Amino acid sequence: MMFTQTVDLAKTSVRALNQRLHELKAERDEEHWRILNPRGVHAIACGLRVPVTVEIEGHAGYYCAGMNQEATVIVHGNVATGVAENMMSGIVHVNGNASQCAGATAHGGLLVVEGDASARCGISMKGIDIVVKGSAGHMSAFMAQTGNLVICGDAGDALGDSIYEARLFVRGGVRSLGTDCIEKEMRPEHLKALETLLKRAGCDARPEEFRRYGSARRLYHFQIDNASSY
Amino acid sequence: MFADRYTAPKQSTVNVLSRFKGLILLQLEAGLRCAEPDSIFCLRYESFMIRNISMCGIVGLFLKQSFLEPELGALFSEMLICMSSRGPDSAGFAVYGAPAPSGKLKVILQHSDPDFDWSAIGFALEKRFRDKPSVEVNSTHARLLVKTDAQSIRSFLDEYFPEVRIMSVGRRIEIMKETGSPESVVERFSLQRIAGSHAIGHTRMATESAVTTEGSHPFSTGVDLCLVHNGSLSNHNRLRQRLCREGIEFHTENDTEVAAGYFAWQMANGATLKEALEAGLKDLDGFYTFTVGTEDGFAVLRDPIACKPAVLAETDDYVAMASEYRSLANLPGIEGARIWEPEPAVVYNWSRVERGEVASKNGDRIGVSDFAPSSETPEASSDKRAFRSNGVTA
Repeated sequence: MMFTQTVDLAKTSVRALNQRLHELKAERDEEHWRILNPRGVHAIACGLRVPVTVEIEGHAGYYCAGMNQEATVIVHGNVATGVAENMMSGIVHVNGNASQCAGATAHGGLLVVEGDASARCGISMKGIDIVVKGSAGHMSAFMAQTGNLVICGDAGDALGDSIYEARLFVRGGVRSLGTDCIEKEMRPEHLKALETLLKRAGCDARPEEFRRYGSARRLYHFQIDNASSY
Repeated sequence: MFADRYTAPKQSTVNVLSRFKGLILLQLEAGLRCAEPDSIFCLRYESFMIRNISMCGIVGLFLKQSFLEPELGALFSEMLICMSSRGPDSAGFAVYGAPAPSGKLKVILQHSDPDFDWSAIGFALEKRFRDKPSVEVNSTHARLLVKTDAQSIRSFLDEYFPEVRIMSVGRRIEIMKETGSPESVVERFSLQRIAGSHAIGHTRMATESAVTTEGSHPFSTGVDLCLVHNGSLSNHNRLRQRLCREGIEFHTENDTEVAAGYFAWQMANGATLKEALEAGLKDLDGFYTFTVGTEDGFAVLRDPIACKPAVLAETDDYVAMASEYRSLANLPGIEGARIWEPEPAVVYNWSRVERGEVASKNGDRIGVSDFAPSSETPEASSDKRAFRSNGVTA
């Protein structure tokens, strides 16, 4: 039987809430948590390590669900800077918009943003899968190393600047590509991977509508010949 | 091949970025080799982010409906105190209250001694200008109502009372600022009880100059104009020298004062507020979210790479701006508000204009310019007044 814990952040501090979440053991039955009155406070549900589901009823502040492992965090509102920052595994689902640096440096897991993501979405991503159902701001996937960034709307300026091996899929327009980021051929394996990812994110867009972008692999190593142009 | 990208950047975002990245790569050249692809980059990235998201808080509240005006101070106090964690060392605010009686100006002065005898200034002004000001003291600040013009008052005070600082001069503006926690500053001036149509404020974590009253924000940039800034400017010393040669006076080593002086200089040379802010996109190098207060409204501008945070919320009753959503969470009706992040390098402004005067005053009225309203910030109107809100890509 599912057992729901409700925590009201108007009465409890974030620190106390996070402490309780950190003390959970995997076999415990407190698997469903509802967080009321988040009112934009920072670091809600950070550092979770067990497969619980946490639903946040409102707008969350910085670093919501940062460093997540195993847990599913659902935000019924917007999130500020750095949602799912450094996530290792699990799912973070934002029903509103996400501010800058969504999914920054994250190693794994799935981040779904139902609305728009602002600047630097997926900056330095290292294996996370990010699906933005709206548009993403400038400098998205800056120095992205691996993982997938799917943007169902448009991408802003300098998409994929200094990108390594992350794969970028954009359905709408791209305002400009960053240095060393180019459009690449969409091969069957990419369509297949994209289809799986869209399905996991609950997105009905068709993989054929997307274009793929990635690294031209010319910036991997510092070249002294180019020093004057940096 | 990518050298071409950098020598001919298509737009400002890429331009600023290439400078930032150039810095990293030059460090690599200095001997730090990239063994792990992410090691040095992520260190730089993390320090970049920590430095740029957590320092200084700014807030603004612009009421569209006059019934809320008695509540302005109470609503705004809560917004300001909420930003204490971003700026614990000093705080300040500009409130636009009831206008001074016809032909008079409000002059807000500060003296570090709360027991300073303000009547001495009143007496001296009476003697010099035959202008007996009414004086009202609020902690370390005093409000004078004078008939004399702003420039004469400034010169006179600079000469005879150099230890007195001029916080603001205008028909409606009143600036108060002090060192100490935002809560203590709010208490000191009883901000909760101050009424008005709009207010902007700042909580400071000093980085570019000392923790002093004069280094606190807002900085007044001219009659009824003021500026608060979240960020840091890197070319303020050079720009200060340039503006000094143009006759602009500075009283601190602070970078924001230079930006304030720059905008005042642009506007003294005929630029509208929008034009001055757009010129700033080219001439001011660094990170910033600016909020500018005008006699009848306020404007918001973020730098082209949007390093510094900002959130806007709009309802039928008000427009509110803050560094973080936390500051907006207690406003009435916030649940139904339209909430969004202002775009980088876009000037947003709102102002109250008497109905029927919008069209004729567009060209010359501060705070309302001749650009088209964007779909992002649609026009709203009410019974007695019309409001314009505009966003335009620079």
